[in-house]
Amino acid sequence: MENRPLEYDYTVAKMFMLTTVLLGAVGMLIGVILATELAFPGVNTILGGLGLNEFTNFSRLRPLHTDAVVFGFTLSGIWATWYYVGQRVLKVSMAESKVLMFLGKLHFFLYLLVVVAVVGSLFLGITTSKEYAEFEWPIDIAVVLVWVLWGLGIFGLIGIRRERSLYISVWYYIASFLGIAMLYLFNNMEIPTMLAASPAGETGIGAWYHSISMYSGTNDALVQWWYGHNAVAFGFTVPIVAMIYYFLPKESGQAVYSYKLSLLSFWGLMFVYLWAGGHHLLFSTVPDWMQTMGSVFSVVLILPSWGSAINMLLTMKGEWQQVATSPLIKFMVLGSTFYMFSTLEGPIQAIKSVNAIAHFTDWIVGHVHDGVLGWVGFMIMAALFHMAPRVFKKEIYSKSLMGTQFWIQTLGIVLYFTSMWIAGITQGMMWRAHDEYGNLAYSFIDTVTALHPYYTIRAVGGALYLIGFFMFAYNIYKTMTSGRRVEESELQNASPMAA
Amino acid sequence: MFHWLEKHPFFFAVGVFLVIAFAGLVEILPNFAQAAQPTVGTKPYTVLEMAGREVYIKNSCNACHSQLIRPFKAETDRYGHYSLSGEYAYDRPFLWGSKRTGPDLHRVGNYRTTDWHENHMKDPAAVVPGSIMPAYGWMFTNIADINTAYASQLTNAQFFSVPYNKPVPTKDGGTVTVAMANSVAEANKMALDEAKVITAGMKDKDVQDMVAAGKIPEIVALIAYLNSLK
Repeated sequence: MENRPLEYDYTVAKMFMLTTVLLGAVGMLIGVILATELAFPGVNTILGGLGLNEFTNFSRLRPLHTDAVVFGFTLSGIWATWYYVGQRVLKVSMAESKVLMFLGKLHFFLYLLVVVAVVGSLFLGITTSKEYAEFEWPIDIAVVLVWVLWGLGIFGLIGIRRERSLYISVWYYIASFLGIAMLYLFNNMEIPTMLAASPAGETGIGAWYHSISMYSGTNDALVQWWYGHNAVAFGFTVPIVAMIYYFLPKESGQAVYSYKLSLLSFWGLMFVYLWAGGHHLLFSTVPDWMQTMGSVFSVVLILPSWGSAINMLLTMKGEWQQVATSPLIKFMVLGSTFYMFSTLEGPIQAIKSVNAIAHFTDWIVGHVHDGVLGWVGFMIMAALFHMAPRVFKKEIYSKSLMGTQFWIQTLGIVLYFTSMWIAGITQGMMWRAHDEYGNLAYSFIDTVTALHPYYTIRAVGGALYLIGFFMFAYNIYKTMTSGRRVEESELQNASPMAA
Repeated sequence: MFHWLEKHPFFFAVGVFLVIAFAGLVEILPNFAQAAQPTVGTKPYTVLEMAGREVYIKNSCNACHSQLIRPFKAETDRYGHYSLSGEYAYDRPFLWGSKRTGPDLHRVGNYRTTDWHENHMKDPAAVVPGSIMPAYGWMFTNIADINTAYASQLTNAQFFSVPYNKPVPTKDGGTVTVAMANSVAEANKMALDEAKVITAGMKDKDVQDMVAAGKIPEIVALIAYLNSLK
């Protein structure tokens, strides 16, 4: 083994960094447009003069927003960090294997192709309607290929590793890969309708890309939310935990607080998470025992979730002054805190009596967003901020811009979730209110108009976060293009596993 | 054991997979067959209703409207009888939704009419003052895809044994048969016949003219579907 540090090859990491920033901006921009449409419905027809109402409409844009941030921003972020972290903890460079380098690039370009297909098809209204699984079968096949390419990349790199023991982050990346693979395959089982033949012998009838689900009704719902919930698990939790286990210790120069706690929370999370999907279906037509299981396991889930979060926070033990001095540490520590917050809020909403009020309301939307804006968004941006100087060998353009961004976005998140709490609980209570004669106290529209102020506040909160994201994009761009060169050895350099 | 797993990626991956796959098997499989049984009175969709369902999906109506009435007094007062598992037996995909920005639609056919939907889809705020639902003007000019709806019907019948052209029991003890066409041409004719019944209840002259000329705008199919939700 050589003694000098390895030169890692970040070609593929850079590519995914680009799509992280680009698709993040697009997805969040659509989000702000949607929020504005709910507060001011006139915005739906803003391009009506051009005859484009169909394409700026809330319902058409909504899946684009969710998919752009889930499969665009977050996945790109996960892959950008994998192609960076993977090499460094396995102590092997992508440049050492032409095959892996080729697979990595293929992974990126095929992914780009899928992104284009998804954007086009969703604008046209080509969708299966299943949330976060809207893609029709041809795209599904491409998605599976992209996923297999990533899998080959992971296990290929592991195959030629120099470091025998897999670092904690790698556990989480592997779990992410396996989890999504299983979930995506089973939830997207569908029959292309062109396969059917009419009694008159005609085949290939109708749109070739159209399909229907292999499951019907209640079963379809059950599989969908087993998927939907755990896509959150293996897309928004597991790989983000992978990031924080690498980047927080690395950036702060501290060793991970407890190895045993990381073991407990990893295996605990793996076992418990999958059971909790049933909490999306409380009081629905799926069997009661499944609903109860979903509810109970959601509460149990607090343990492994908080295990990781506490492990991360305690990693900062004795070094808390860094939170004050480093904006990057701020992002990660607040991210970790939002993770704790979100994983406490979720189980509360999964308690049956609370869910009776919360389900179908904006409180759920608020819950999703304190998780994704505060935890996923902050962690991915922090990861990219940490990577940028090492990947581009340039100093970060502006630390003070980073600090300003942090506070603007934090304010945005607070406005977002507080307004959605109030909106959700208000509407949930109004739906169920009866007057003294036992009649419904409010018509449905009363419960909609009551939300206008909160929808407006939410749009402002979202816009603040978006502004912060543009500051992030600008900062990264200027870092890339500015002339202040810096070598890795000059940067803070520490565990995990040094170099 | 954990130290050993960390040095053996293959066994590590197998271990992770077993741990995560376990829950799905235990939760999803036991009631799978039972949950797929239709209730008495549940019928397969006609070709125009199926086309309307696809318009509903195309425009992500399910992003804002649920089709799931929970067993609470406030919900049964507002929307009707709570939803039963078997009522969804012919729904591929399911359309329960996860957010009620607008009201539930699972039994909207019981209390809204063709006329109401026509006015409402053109200008929701004119029918329900304060509504934040956008207008869906393009549905009055876009042509519904009957061929794909027919292909969906065929797929349902051939892959999932959905009982088209077979008597299905009704709530009053009788039976009803939902016919499915034998060819694409016949499917289009059947859809047109259904569409004429719908347009008889509509005021829009252009829509009526289009149907008279043999073309079915999306709005007609959508209303047929919404009327079938009972």
